[in-house]
Amino acid sequence: MSNQTLATALPADAVKIATDPSTEPFWQAARERRLVAPRCAGCGAFRLPPSPFCPHCQSTAVDWTELSGRATVYTYTVVNGYPGLPDITLVPVVVDLPDAPGARLVSNVVGIDPAEVRIGTELTVDFHPISDGWLLPVFRVAGPPAKEQA
Amino acid sequence: MARDTGARDVAIAGIGATPYYKRGETADKSIIRLAGEAILAACADAGVSVTDVDGLAFYSLARAGYGEQMEAGELVETLGIRELKFSAALTGGGGGSAGSIGLARAAIVAGDASVVVTVMALQQRTRLGTVVASKAVTPVSSFVQPSGLAGPGHLMSLLTRRHMHQYGTTRDAFAEIAISTRQNALSRPKARYREPLTREQYFSARMIADPLCLYDFCLESEGAVAIVTTSIERARDLRQPPVPVVAAAHGGTREWGRAFSWFGMPDDETFASSGNKPIADRLYQRAGITAQDIDVALIYDHFTPMVLMQLEDYGFCEKGEGGPFVLSGAIRYTPERKPGNIAVNTHGGQLSEAYVIGATHILEGVEQLRGTAVNQVAGAELALVTGGPSAIPNSGLILGRDR
Repeated sequence: MSNQTLATALPADAVKIATDPSTEPFWQAARERRLVAPRCAGCGAFRLPPSPFCPHCQSTAVDWTELSGRATVYTYTVVNGYPGLPDITLVPVVVDLPDAPGARLVSNVVGIDPAEVRIGTELTVDFHPISDGWLLPVFRVAGPPAKEQA
Repeated sequence: MARDTGARDVAIAGIGATPYYKRGETADKSIIRLAGEAILAACADAGVSVTDVDGLAFYSLARAGYGEQMEAGELVETLGIRELKFSAALTGGGGGSAGSIGLARAAIVAGDASVVVTVMALQQRTRLGTVVASKAVTPVSSFVQPSGLAGPGHLMSLLTRRHMHQYGTTRDAFAEIAISTRQNALSRPKARYREPLTREQYFSARMIADPLCLYDFCLESEGAVAIVTTSIERARDLRQPPVPVVAAAHGGTREWGRAFSWFGMPDDETFASSGNKPIADRLYQRAGITAQDIDVALIYDHFTPMVLMQLEDYGFCEKGEGGPFVLSGAIRYTPERKPGNIAVNTHGGQLSEAYVIGATHILEGVEQLRGTAVNQVAGAELALVTGGPSAIPNSGLILGRDR
């Protein structure tokens, strides 16, 4: 079934990002290998991508909240080829973030046989180099479950 | 047949198109040349002089595809239009195709203009299939583009996966949409693809963005389409039988928003949808009809699963039942309408005839109601035309027969 090609992320030089005042804290944190999400300072709702207003209360005040990096696959696709990279295998994914309810992130699952990915697969964040010294949050399958605190 | 209670104050009086080409074949023509050919053809069809056009109602911000622009001034200058009194475009992209006729109506009903042209011209100098990858990155697109979701089909494969997960939809349903649409193209002289598509071909095709394969994607074609809209009174004095605008609507809710440029649709049902349900509800309410009154459905088919999700959103079947509905044969064209069935994309759609960002669906709606369609639904009185699904605005249009 599977040819055992592991999914990767796009090479660093194929990925550029741009920032604005609403989004830059997200990328600055990623550069420090921290996953953060904007939480409305008015009503507490999370939102991603970062945007100027809270859609629930229209506040512009934001608390940047550091997340655990845990995520689950909400949906995914397996992409074969990318312009200029015909042989690449990517698993773009939309993840739910359990500690930022209501916010989803579009990312990649890397280091996995694409045939193994499922909706609901538990993931953990990693950071992947991209152009201009930035780091991109990507996800790997979570290791054995952490010991539960009783 | 239900008596609709729609507005019917304006009508489509003329339609025109260039031949449909494959990607790269129109490289020797400018976008204004292509658009102008379609406009002249539509005016000739209507029996009006292009110099009498006084309004332009575009969609997709008057972009030709997602790269070039159709500048109103250039069209006026080269076509010899005497005086433009209305020039506007719906925002968004292909989601506004059907709704652009509502924009034309707005101009006419307001008294701003009287002969309004809608036009779309498409060349693939920027390949639309991977347009996400080729656009300059923005702060907003930085949250999608790095993942390698290179084009619209890649984005919509993520919605498709959820639909399969939530409702048990299978690729057989997408195959049926591709195959039945191809079947409709076989008799169409202008169709890009006129050979039957087999299940074997479908299931052995390259997977581009799993679960979407090559045949789930629309064609990479080029060409232009134009539509002339005017008041119902004026249309009755022109060459063709008027095709009244029964209802038109565009927009969408916050829950849909930027949709697959965002993926924040909060509930599972909205996520695995076409985002067109609010449009459908408004259209049917304005027209005073239900889906069961529609005789032929011209459904924006950039990707097969989005046809399925629109069939649900427009009420041809229950939410989540799109798979079994299409697999029952319900969307196959038959000359006589069968109760419970709905002929879909009788022109071969964007999957098999040509992709001109939704405009060919408007043409087919007009031909069905004039009674001149190649795959005519006998006695068709109401046609649904949809736009999108894409980021807001999505849109829809119900066309009728004059009475």
